[in-house]
Amino acid sequence: MGPTYWWMLFGMALVTYIPRMIPLTILDGKKLPPLVTGILSNIPYAVLGALIFPAVFYVQEGNIFFGLIGAVTAFLIAIFGFGLMTVVLGTIGVLAIYSLFM
Amino acid sequence: MERSEFNNGLRAGLSIAIGYFPVALTFGLLAKTTGLSLFEATAMSIFVFAGAAQYISLSLITAGVDPFLIVMNTFIVNIRHFLMTASLNEKMQPAPKPVKAAYAFGVTDETFSVIATSKQEKVSSGHAFGVIVIAYGSWVVFTALGHVIGANLPLFLQAAMSIALYALFIALLVPSMEGNRKVVLLASVAAILHCIFYYTELLSTGWAILASTLLSSVLIELLYVKYGRALIPVIEKEES
Repeated sequence: MGPTYWWMLFGMALVTYIPRMIPLTILDGKKLPPLVTGILSNIPYAVLGALIFPAVFYVQEGNIFFGLIGAVTAFLIAIFGFGLMTVVLGTIGVLAIYSLFM
Repeated sequence: MERSEFNNGLRAGLSIAIGYFPVALTFGLLAKTTGLSLFEATAMSIFVFAGAAQYISLSLITAGVDPFLIVMNTFIVNIRHFLMTASLNEKMQPAPKPVKAAYAFGVTDETFSVIATSKQEKVSSGHAFGVIVIAYGSWVVFTALGHVIGANLPLFLQAAMSIALYALFIALLVPSMEGNRKVVLLASVAAILHCIFYYTELLSTGWAILASTLLSSVLIELLYVKYGRALIPVIEKEES
């Protein structure tokens, strides 16, 4: 790839790090109004919704059911109170069986 | 750094490490087919540590896109982390700036979600480092491994493993949703908004995630400020 690749990598590292770093350091210690902290505390849940949908439908190209079965499986395992790892490994297991026979 | 806090973090981060295994492995494999050397592929995981952006960069490299545009694209895709670290800052115990600057490097969608949904009122730096170290280690090691052996993995397993991150996201969301209407609303509204942005092709993925997260968080917060307690009988019990 050559030196261009390394310059690109340097740029990618920089523009990835800066948005991660600024709120934790430069903006740290600033008193935020309650509305803003309220909004910030909502973000973990909102971002999970946005990360899951619609991308989960497209984990396998051209087959919406693959992702759908995975999402439903994960949801069911999670709602029965199992931990993160059980959900992840269980879902992979179910889809492995599905992929093997489809 | 408290030893036990760090160990708790490692334990909390283990599910991410497992979730990253297939994703990093696939990244390593794709990087190889894109023409990156083992060293170049692993270096990207070491220095950038951002799954989605790394995947996208591979397809852009294949398409022969100008490296500067690839950097710009990375910025747009990752700017959502600004929201996450701003939110995380409210959840973290106070710490010296260099310490915060250090763990800031490891804030990804997954490490953020695990730390931010932690049951603790305030999270220590040690805990955050634990979560991040194990996730980062998995990401880097399995990128390299993917480059070396990825293609030899049975196809049905490669396919099944592509669900891992989504299963992790669902596993993080579901326990918080139970008995908490606000969380259900936040996630649903953000999901619906992202679907709208996606299917109308109004925004590219990076901006779409950013916009739908922010819109949902603001709208629901305003709704709750305006109508307040009438909407949240169940949540109050949870928070007390």
